Amino acid sequence: MKKLITAFAGASALAFSVSAPALAETLTIATVNNGDMIRMQKLADDFTAKNPDIDLEWVVLEENVLRQRVTTDIATKGGQYDIMTIGTYEVPIWGKQGWLVALDDLPESYDVDDLLPAIRGGLTIDGSLYAAPFYGESSMVMYRKDLMEKAGLEMPEAPTWDFIAEAAKAMTDKDNEIYGVCLRGKAGWGENMAFLTAASNSFGARWFDMDWKPQFDTDAWKNTLTFYLDLMEEAGPPGASSNGFNENLALFQSGKCGMWIDATVAASFVTDPENSTVADKVGFALAPDNGLGKRGNWLWAWSLGIPAGTDSEASAKKFIDWATSKEYLALVAEKEGWASVPPGTRTSLYENPEYAKIPFAKMTLESINSADPQNPTVEPVPYVGVQFVAIPEFQGLGTAVGQQFSAALAGNITAEQALQNAQRLTEREMQKAGYIK
Amino acid sequence: MARAVSTRRQVAVSILAWVVALAIFFPILWTVLTSFKTEAEAIASPPSFLFFDWTLENYGEVQERSDYFRHFMNSVVISLGSTLLGLLIAIPAAWSMAFVPAKRTKDVLMWMLSTKMLPPVGVLIPIYLMFRDLGLLDTRTGLVIVLTLINLPIIIWMLYTYFKEIPGEILEAARMDGATLWSEIVHVLTPMAVPGIASTLLLNVILAWNEAFWTLNLTAAKAAPLTAFIASYSSPEGLFYAKLSAASTMAIAPILIIGWFSQKQLVRGLTFGAVK
Repeated sequence: MKKLITAFAGASALAFSVSAPALAETLTIATVNNGDMIRMQKLADDFTAKNPDIDLEWVVLEENVLRQRVTTDIATKGGQYDIMTIGTYEVPIWGKQGWLVALDDLPESYDVDDLLPAIRGGLTIDGSLYAAPFYGESSMVMYRKDLMEKAGLEMPEAPTWDFIAEAAKAMTDKDNEIYGVCLRGKAGWGENMAFLTAASNSFGARWFDMDWKPQFDTDAWKNTLTFYLDLMEEAGPPGASSNGFNENLALFQSGKCGMWIDATVAASFVTDPENSTVADKVGFALAPDNGLGKRGNWLWAWSLGIPAGTDSEASAKKFIDWATSKEYLALVAEKEGWASVPPGTRTSLYENPEYAKIPFAKMTLESINSADPQNPTVEPVPYVGVQFVAIPEFQGLGTAVGQQFSAALAGNITAEQALQNAQRLTEREMQKAGYIK
Repeated sequence: MARAVSTRRQVAVSILAWVVALAIFFPILWTVLTSFKTEAEAIASPPSFLFFDWTLENYGEVQERSDYFRHFMNSVVISLGSTLLGLLIAIPAAWSMAFVPAKRTKDVLMWMLSTKMLPPVGVLIPIYLMFRDLGLLDTRTGLVIVLTLINLPIIIWMLYTYFKEIPGEILEAARMDGATLWSEIVHVLTPMAVPGIASTLLLNVILAWNEAFWTLNLTAAKAAPLTAFIASYSSPEGLFYAKLSAASTMAIAPILIIGWFSQKQLVRGLTFGAVK
């Protein structure tokens, strides 16, 4: 027992010990685990060398864990972070709540007008920028040039959904495990619903009409879902209802997909000869449309924001100025090459002749520019967001609807049942939340 | 003949036990193997089991990117601290329930267990607010307290079961010899229950080591344990399975080794009182 008490006293002493106070101001930065963010962490010595009075503490988390973590902290004013990595979904909601510091006083050298208008628009509320974009992305078609040629087809720069269906069927060779098209099927508002909501815009569908009435009972949604299910049944890989970004990336890299419609950030992975067996055979095209004036691509930007109430606002702004500046892009290019520069945030990057040589640069810019978060679909909508609806209820709603559509893809329910269930559950949630009576 | 059947049965049971054990162990083995592959080999289809270019590259990168030792020390302090604090509260509690039961002791025990039935996220916001006001966010002290409270029902239940096995007459004899309550618990009960206490301690260290809701949600940079270390290598947009496996292997290795060496005590403790 004495030993037990001694051990406990020792452990308690360790547990209750207080770390020595640091002289420099410490910024705690919450960020996601992806290549561009990890690179920023590695290059941060450049910032601390220029600002020796500022120390950086990094909290790197998986995207969904990070979202839960920072949302809890900002909603309760926990004050754990000085800088948060947030997406285009959070910024409009948090900015309106007064949870974020407006970035109106960044120095002139920052050149805020250089930010791509589509990306800047998604991070601006009433004329004020509430987060600075670190990298932006849209979605596009990545395809196997060799398989397309073998099928006797040529991918247009801006394909239609009909062409995608025709090409997918022509490229499919199930005996050799080659599937014409790989699309997201895993349930989740940021998984299958990111793809399906963006695709539905090009079919003229929308989540809500101007009175916030759910629209899953319209022909536009029926056309979207039946097209997707038919296409996946004829030309998709088996078990697609559990495929998300990573699963499709693995399939594409191992040569099992003819086409893959997903985030533009995937372009750098599939063309990387170290990890992709098809690196030299990949072509790019804009996300498909149906001739209705909207393409089926989304818009997302991982951005850096400052929670209101932080004690280190001035230093946090200094860091954001550094991490999202033109100089940072040049620093990455110098250290790691142009292909590693975080894409999709600044006009000047796309005017740079060196960057223009990157095979997916032009398509990424065109994809981003063709998305409009304020007017995402054919008919007017009361919300902001291309592949999401920027209201707090959407995470739960999007995932619940995603589960219905994923079940339809797995063959457990029909498209009609999935749409009926989606309509019913969305109506119920919107009534509860007070949007409709 | 009866003996032959029995041998056959023994062999069959042994094979079944091996199959089940391997099935349980296989994910861990696969994680360890993946940690020595390149990212391309980690997603190769069909996957290679042993014949690939073994590399330590992932461990190097994980070491370079993250402060493993800090996370490790946080895990040690949080899991040991919460277990020992829990034992300190649970031993007297289990003593009173086992040897001086009241009319409602069983109900109290059930009520304590019922707190484990609530999904933790249901109380995230109140606990977060309390921690914010008490300055306990991102501190090891805060995590020791919260993990103690979370595991306390299990510790009390386990100890209660062990104590029930000890004949009350021995304690009565000690009392007759003039032992005080303190010396009865410390000098008579505890030494007799050492195997039970040891296995409770081990099991709770494992539970606290692996706890990944509160340790992720109540920490940021300073008190983050190995669960946060693993979470920093998971990514829904990018295939970093080899690095994630290296981080996971580094995180589970210490507890796996402790579990391996103390498996006898663990099994004895867990099956204690199972057969009467």
